[in-house]
Amino acid sequence: MADLRTDFLGIKSPNPFWLASAPPTDKEYNVRRAFEAGWGGVVWKTLGEAGPPVVNVNGPRYGVVYGADRRVLGINNIELITDRPLEVNLREIKAVKRDYPDRAMIVSLMVPCEESAWKAILPLVEETGADGIELNCGCPHGMSERGMGAAVGQAPDLIEQITRWCKQTTRMPVIVKLTPNITDIRGPARAAKAGGADAVSLINTVSSITSVNLDTFSPEPSIDGKGSHGGYCGAAVKPIALNMVAEIARDPETHGLPISGIGGVTTWRDAAEFMTLGAGNVQVCTAAMTYGFKIVEEMKSGMSQWMDEKGHSSTSDFIGKAVPNVTDWQYLNLNYVAKAKIDQDACIKCGRCYAACEDTSHQAISMSPDRVFEVMDDECVACNLCVDVCPVEDCITMERMPAGAVDPRTGKVVSDEYANWTSHPNNPAAQAAE
Amino acid sequence: MPSPMTPGISSGRLTAEQIAKNFADLHSAFDPHEAAVAADRCYFCYDAPCITACPTSIDIPLFIRQIQTGTPEAAARTIFEQNILGGMCARVCPTETLCEEACVREAAEGKPVEIGRLQRHATDTLMAQQGHPFTRAAETGKRIAVVGAGPAGLACAHRLAMKGHDVTLYEARPKPGGLNEFGIAAYKTTDDFAAREVQWLMGIGGITQASGTLGEDLSLDGLKAEFDAVFLGVGLGGVNMLRAHGEDREGVRDAVDFIADLRQASDLLDLPVGRNVVVIGGGMTAVDAAVQSKLLGAETVTIAYRRGREQMSASRFEQDLAASYGVRLLFNVMPVAVHEDGIELEYTTTTDGKLVGTGERLSLAADQVFKAIGQTLSLDVGLAMEAGKIAVSGAGRTSMEGVWAGGDCATGGDDLTVTAVAEGRDAAEDIHASLV
Repeated sequence: MADLRTDFLGIKSPNPFWLASAPPTDKEYNVRRAFEAGWGGVVWKTLGEAGPPVVNVNGPRYGVVYGADRRVLGINNIELITDRPLEVNLREIKAVKRDYPDRAMIVSLMVPCEESAWKAILPLVEETGADGIELNCGCPHGMSERGMGAAVGQAPDLIEQITRWCKQTTRMPVIVKLTPNITDIRGPARAAKAGGADAVSLINTVSSITSVNLDTFSPEPSIDGKGSHGGYCGAAVKPIALNMVAEIARDPETHGLPISGIGGVTTWRDAAEFMTLGAGNVQVCTAAMTYGFKIVEEMKSGMSQWMDEKGHSSTSDFIGKAVPNVTDWQYLNLNYVAKAKIDQDACIKCGRCYAACEDTSHQAISMSPDRVFEVMDDECVACNLCVDVCPVEDCITMERMPAGAVDPRTGKVVSDEYANWTSHPNNPAAQAAE
Repeated sequence: MPSPMTPGISSGRLTAEQIAKNFADLHSAFDPHEAAVAADRCYFCYDAPCITACPTSIDIPLFIRQIQTGTPEAAARTIFEQNILGGMCARVCPTETLCEEACVREAAEGKPVEIGRLQRHATDTLMAQQGHPFTRAAETGKRIAVVGAGPAGLACAHRLAMKGHDVTLYEARPKPGGLNEFGIAAYKTTDDFAAREVQWLMGIGGITQASGTLGEDLSLDGLKAEFDAVFLGVGLGGVNMLRAHGEDREGVRDAVDFIADLRQASDLLDLPVGRNVVVIGGGMTAVDAAVQSKLLGAETVTIAYRRGREQMSASRFEQDLAASYGVRLLFNVMPVAVHEDGIELEYTTTTDGKLVGTGERLSLAADQVFKAIGQTLSLDVGLAMEAGKIAVSGAGRTSMEGVWAGGDCATGGDDLTVTAVAEGRDAAEDIHASLV
């Protein structure tokens, strides 16, 4: 049986599945239920400074994007940080941590960009016995208009500054949570590292409008006929998050900086993918908000089964394993030549591959009067669109042409040597291979 | 108080509650969410096989996508443009041998997209709204006689009216609708749908309904003289003979008459049915008569068909439906004689391509015997005939200039509602092209 225990910044948890700082972790009641359900850790919903708490809207705070059968693909929210008094949250954090010492307890924080504000709150958090803090540099709505959240995350110098203040003030590990609402995630990550961050976590939510009501012309969720951009999360944002995690993992300046992966983790498989791209653990929110805390059972059993099948005895066996395979386009092997192949026995003759290729790609699939669809190798550029739109798994596959064969599209002999754009004759900047 | 065990032919074998339950909708209507989920299963195939399989060539992937995106009214327009009786066809089409058989998901997983129920969802949605979805073109001044207000005649009349022609629609029976009204199992078209559909169809305007029977108070020459064109959709009036002894006994009936009585009955509790019923035949009419006999409370019902299961024109779905109600299916038997309280059958075999009796016989108890061995055309109005039907070429052109025919009375087609609609529609287009 695979060992799912993880050690992240010295914080031990029985499994790599944490709940992200969000509505599910706003109260003692929820967090106790999460730990009873088996979650490895939680990041407590973001605390603000002492004094009158923030207020939330009194209308809908979530919007949704559905797939078929009302399957939740993504949720957007306009909820702010915790709207409960600081002292209540601190008291509850302490009580829960005392009762669940084996689980990770991280406290998310967001206070104004002033050294005094950070120095005031950190001792209070430390006193709860929490294992670490996460700096919320990501929330894209509400708080960002007040100079916090994503407003900090979009200004690398501010990230560095508040990270440094925290590191100077507390013994607790500091995780910096990054916003995806920037052009290059590496800047904020480098700033966090420069400030002394022990880790980064990402992504926070993506600025979004989920839909527009076509009767009222109000964005959703609608508050009295008006809408505000919210933060988008859930399965739909996972590809964005995976790329940003990989960018940080393979950047020479941040390589090795521990990462907590967030963004659409819905199943064990999503979690494993984040971890292979360098995340030491993952944080989950939308999937739990959609299905409840019980999903962690599937996550644990699924990852455990996969690890057993692959011979991974601990999570450290596969964390970061995919990072060396993420590269820049210019280094992709241009001598890798493939052709689509249709398994006629598996084909159900829907013709979607034909429509896609004929209308929108390279006119490389033929259709006979009796609906036999065949790839024309002399036109096929191996774009993969037919594979993507085929409703039958493994019916269309990409087959690599063996070295020595002639590509009927180009008339060239397929080489087994690696060659990329940097040395390609069409590249004006190419350097002759010496 | 009669029961299924009551000897002879009796009404009231079941309670009112049982009757109501038995004759409820065979396939319940989708609610909008069910429709969205069912619609999502459609792959939106290229040059989709389901369209090819539909006799009226409805653009099925398009209407399903229109349902899926929340516009069932637009979906209904897509359907009605090809098939103005799309509501009835959604209920009575043997989809298992047409669109749903061709569905690629039938090939993939043996579970096609539920095209029939989706079509019903769309058409019901639009028909529940006020008004008629199509508008008439400017009046052409041309007058056309359509004889027979069944599926072919209705489709033809609607299309002609839409083109701006002035249509007189003659019907021999007291109500329009043809087999939709008189000849299809009640549980396939509940809540008086056939009559409601005709009324809705008439909303196009330009159609005058009239009473008349060709060969009696209407003559083809007279119609030709009075109108610019004539379309005949008179169906099949006669019923084939059993050619068995005792065929004229009381208790032996045409299945189509029994079904018509059932469809027109104001209270099914008053409709008599035998304790032991035998239906002779192998088509949809045989199945409809057999199943409804069972639903009325007959104790035993048997379909006796002279050939094998594979030759039966009722689909396997219909056969299984009958079996699920407890109807017994007997194959390779033909009637020899009808007696006082039973029927004598002889086993058959095929020798040199001919069906012959083997000499071995069996007897079944039978208080009532329904003949469902096909219908014939009893019409002699000077048109060329072929295999007992009006010979047509192209879009329903008969041997006589200015006279078109379609539906069951004409050659071609499978004697289905949907083929009749296609033939009526296509003849209307041809008539229109010849007049303008």
